[in-house]
Amino acid sequence: MYRSLFPRDVFAELDRFQRDIRQTLDGASPSIRGIGRGGYPAINVGGTPQSVEIYAFAPGLDPDKIELNLERGVLTISGEREATPRNGDAKIAVHIDERFTGRFRRVLSLPDDIDPGTVDAAYRDGVLHISIKRRASAQPRRIEIK
Amino acid sequence: MNHDLTKSQDAQAPKAQDAQAPKTQARDEVALMPPVEVVEDASGITLYADLPGVSRETLNLRVEADTLTIEGEMALQVPEGMQSSHAEVSIPRYRRAFTLSKELDPDKVTAELKHGVLKLRIPKAEHAQPRKVEIRVH
Repeated sequence: MYRSLFPRDVFAELDRFQRDIRQTLDGASPSIRGIGRGGYPAINVGGTPQSVEIYAFAPGLDPDKIELNLERGVLTISGEREATPRNGDAKIAVHIDERFTGRFRRVLSLPDDIDPGTVDAAYRDGVLHISIKRRASAQPRRIEIK
Repeated sequence: MNHDLTKSQDAQAPKAQDAQAPKTQARDEVALMPPVEVVEDASGITLYADLPGVSRETLNLRVEADTLTIEGEMALQVPEGMQSSHAEVSIPRYRRAFTLSKELDPDKVTAELKHGVLKLRIPKAEHAQPRKVEIRVH
């Protein structure tokens, strides 16, 4: 099952379209795994000179059941989002059903200079924020000229 | 007629915005449309909306006339000087509006926000609760 997270938002679609075109024109793919789009959870990645920051937009999960693995520079976020209980009432009608349910798994390659021992993960308001420090040796330094 | 909440109000939204533009400019801002689930049972409607990143303080729920509007700003903790390298969520706010049908009671809406999921319960007005119609047999 593959569906867009915000399927009816025209601006997001346009944005995505624009980015796809840009990527096609540039011809440069960032990684062999790429980063899939439109899956659950949606992922934003950013960086500072000291750290790599990953935001996974994963609402409605039990934080204890989110699986987070970092192995050889590859980060895997997986888990399952259960469907909302229906109370076994035969008289209910489902009018709109756009929310993701089921198992999910997203994999992303991280830069080489991260320090795997310094992963910090926090789940807040449905966003999983993972912060990984870069190795000190890889951080930019000012070189003194004698 | 009960289908109003089954559709989101896309077609009508621009009109509503025009009418209220001076008052609420924020509404013209681009926003994501959160995925929702709408379930109806005998006593009312339950709506679930995925709003990751929205906290109780940044969530704005309104009922004006027969329109229910859900708005929320994302508040992420971003370290200073962070450069984004990949963004699937590029707009930090959500908005979606629904038309409520007459038998729903907008004064009794209850809301719960947990782990980025909003749960709204909109009960049906007393007079609109289902009644079994007795059929008399002579």
